[in-house]
Amino acid sequence: MVTKLEKIAGPKHRFLLNMGPQHPSTHGVLRIVLEMDGEYAMAIDPVLGYGHRMHEKMAEGRPYNGFYPNTGRMDYLGAILFSHGYVGLLERMSGAEVPERAEFIRVITAELNRISSHLVGIGAYVLDLGAFTPILYAFDDREMILDMLEAITGSRLTYCYFRVGGVTKDIDDTFIRRARAFIDRMRSRLPMYKDLVTDNLIFLKRTKGIGIIDRDMAARYGITGPVLRGSGISYDVRKSEPYSVYDRFDFDIPVGENGDSFDRYVVRMEEIAQSLRIIEQALDALPDGPVMVKPKKKLKLAAGGCNYTVEAARGSLSYYLVGDGSDTPYRLKIRVPSYSNLSPLPELCKGMLLSDLVTAMGSLDLVIPEIDR
Amino acid sequence: MDTMQLSFYDVLRMVIAFVLIVSLVFINAIIMGYMERKMAAKIQRRWGPMEVGFQGWLQLILDGVKIIAKQLIVPKDADRTLFRMAPLLAFTPVVLPFLVLPFSKSLFGRDINLGLIFIIAVSSINVLSIFVAGWASNNKYSMFGSIRSVSQNIAYEIPILLSLLSVVLVTHTYSMQGIVAAQGSIWFCLVQPVACIIYLISATAETNRAPFDLPEAESELTAGYHTEYSGFGFSLFVIAEYANMFTVCAVATVLFFGGWHGPFSGEYLGALWFLLKVFLLMLIMVWVRWTYPRVRFDQLMNLAWKYLIPFSLVNLLLTALIVKCI
Amino acid sequence: MSGYFSELITGSKSLLVGLGVTFKALISPVVTVQYPREKIDVTSAVRGHIDLVKDEATGTHRCMVCLSCMKVCPCQCITVQGEKREGVKGKVLTLFALDFTKCSLCGLCVESCKPKAIDFSNEYELAGFTRDEFVFDLLKRVKERA
Repeated sequence: MVTKLEKIAGPKHRFLLNMGPQHPSTHGVLRIVLEMDGEYAMAIDPVLGYGHRMHEKMAEGRPYNGFYPNTGRMDYLGAILFSHGYVGLLERMSGAEVPERAEFIRVITAELNRISSHLVGIGAYVLDLGAFTPILYAFDDREMILDMLEAITGSRLTYCYFRVGGVTKDIDDTFIRRARAFIDRMRSRLPMYKDLVTDNLIFLKRTKGIGIIDRDMAARYGITGPVLRGSGISYDVRKSEPYSVYDRFDFDIPVGENGDSFDRYVVRMEEIAQSLRIIEQALDALPDGPVMVKPKKKLKLAAGGCNYTVEAARGSLSYYLVGDGSDTPYRLKIRVPSYSNLSPLPELCKGMLLSDLVTAMGSLDLVIPEIDR
Repeated sequence: MDTMQLSFYDVLRMVIAFVLIVSLVFINAIIMGYMERKMAAKIQRRWGPMEVGFQGWLQLILDGVKIIAKQLIVPKDADRTLFRMAPLLAFTPVVLPFLVLPFSKSLFGRDINLGLIFIIAVSSINVLSIFVAGWASNNKYSMFGSIRSVSQNIAYEIPILLSLLSVVLVTHTYSMQGIVAAQGSIWFCLVQPVACIIYLISATAETNRAPFDLPEAESELTAGYHTEYSGFGFSLFVIAEYANMFTVCAVATVLFFGGWHGPFSGEYLGALWFLLKVFLLMLIMVWVRWTYPRVRFDQLMNLAWKYLIPFSLVNLLLTALIVKCI
Repeated sequence: MSGYFSELITGSKSLLVGLGVTFKALISPVVTVQYPREKIDVTSAVRGHIDLVKDEATGTHRCMVCLSCMKVCPCQCITVQGEKREGVKGKVLTLFALDFTKCSLCGLCVESCKPKAIDFSNEYELAGFTRDEFVFDLLKRVKERA
């Protein structure tokens, strides 16, 4: 794109703008080098790695179960979803049995975690657009989830709850009662978000038609999760290749129409409602029984590779592990959704206003430590 | 005030008024800073400042002490003179409009017959300070903020003037006291509802308050024109912002909400009514700020040129027609 | 032109509805607490740092120095030492140190402990000025506990 100014002045008047690593709307330590033409970003170059902690390498140096705490540290907003992928992988490789009750508890906690992640994502997104209040309402709702999960997992953010063969602690009646209360409350709060944010004229004007990712672009970059569904592609790992007990629940995959920032926001909002449905069904059908089958003393996997994919809050998350017969992995590769979701940014935001760039980037709902990991 | 000569009494009155007004500017910033934090907290269902004094009312005074004690940091390669000058430039013009504000029937600095024009003229200087601050900081984000601010203020001065003019057409005077006196029976917000709404929207934009706070848009420009300011330089900008809010709300009170008129408003008691109305309007601005997202720059311009200016023009023409016919 | 006015009306309405939402919040009660003055009860399930459990029957800890917690810890933050003593079966614990600055609170040590000698404490208000303050001597702590 050549602007009018550029025709007169040539490309020399462009200047570099460093957005991040400390910037309010890069959500952590993402640095974006922008080549600006006035307020238009003409070239975008995301610089990654400020939060690199070599999680994949760390996995190679410790026993299989020693990696549990690491899973929660990659995507700190969806810690349970990330550990779900890892324990799922180990169970698939070792053929470990998981009691049915444990699978249900996993689904319930994972969906609660997904809701809390989406609440933060939506709140932070609206904060990017300049509204301070919705994020605090979202935190108010999220607080209930954190309290519930704290009571059973013992932690509020980096849950280390799933183990090979089950979960560490059974849920009790108090948890079930609180979960049902939360479902009712959240359902009554959704219209409030609609009034305050979704229907708001300024919000609509800021997000509609901004940052359109069409189907082709989404496919080219390997985008997954709510961003992909916002583009109108109905792909969800929970439906397409159901893991755990997701095939037993009835839920819809919300999709957007235009693939713009607004659609991505709406898809996240709809997914909260769908997750509530899943939790409700899982609570109704919760079977009795043990929640943990103690595995053999030390986990040793045979040589060979295995892949396990789950639907994390931001898209499909894959763990690929190559074992060499010892008690540590030979290599663990983690495919995180945010990395692919970030990659279209240079193409997506070329020639955009700085404000729109913030809008488009916020709608991708990135978690930078997950990208850098 | 018919005579052109100033008597000793007039000069003394203006000196006293000036001293009182400067203190009012600071007190206003403290009160509004506290009210804004408290109201934002209540809207977000938090407590807000609670630790110092009853309900934390001393918090802003302590913040002021802390901020004075802070070091003034001038960035490397910044234009030192302009950088130091900008906060003063922001602060000085905001004091002047207070001189002509009619707090009550007898409580005012000076009632000049072009009071309204004086306020509009003086408050436009504010944009210069923002521009100087952004330029002198030698920071790209600050520069963005100041450029945005200039075009925003230019665009929004037009609807402000047009909406104020339609009131002036009714009252036949620019004198603030005269306009208040004309509202003895009915407030002009009922006579000129369109002008009132247009004025309130434009005033929010003129004072760079959310949802029109583009010059300091946090999520885009970190803090816009005052990114590089620390200590008292920063606080002067904040004081100036609150004083500007006071000015535009006072003008709205005078022109649309009956000024010092109210039950039991005598010679001096009217000042209470005046202040009550001003602070209510300011609280509404705070309420709006903590509700809406920020508009984008072109949308801001669209609002001014496509909605506010045509509407205020039509309103002005209709007013002129009706005044002429009556 | 019709879009011009309809947008004006629906837009203004949506903005007023938004103001209504925040006004409702303005008059509804506050949901936060003033933290150091009021505290929310933490559940007993909270995973704080680990602590040696005091056995009511014997009045002391139950650790038998099997070192399984030390081995399983992914962060190597537990140091356990024991020694042989005359007339006592097995080893006697002489040092049980936790370097809390490294701990990631995964709970693998608690799970691996056969005699259930360690458990999570409920302490969450931990702050200090030096790293040394977070190297806990758990043996000393269990002895000090009444």
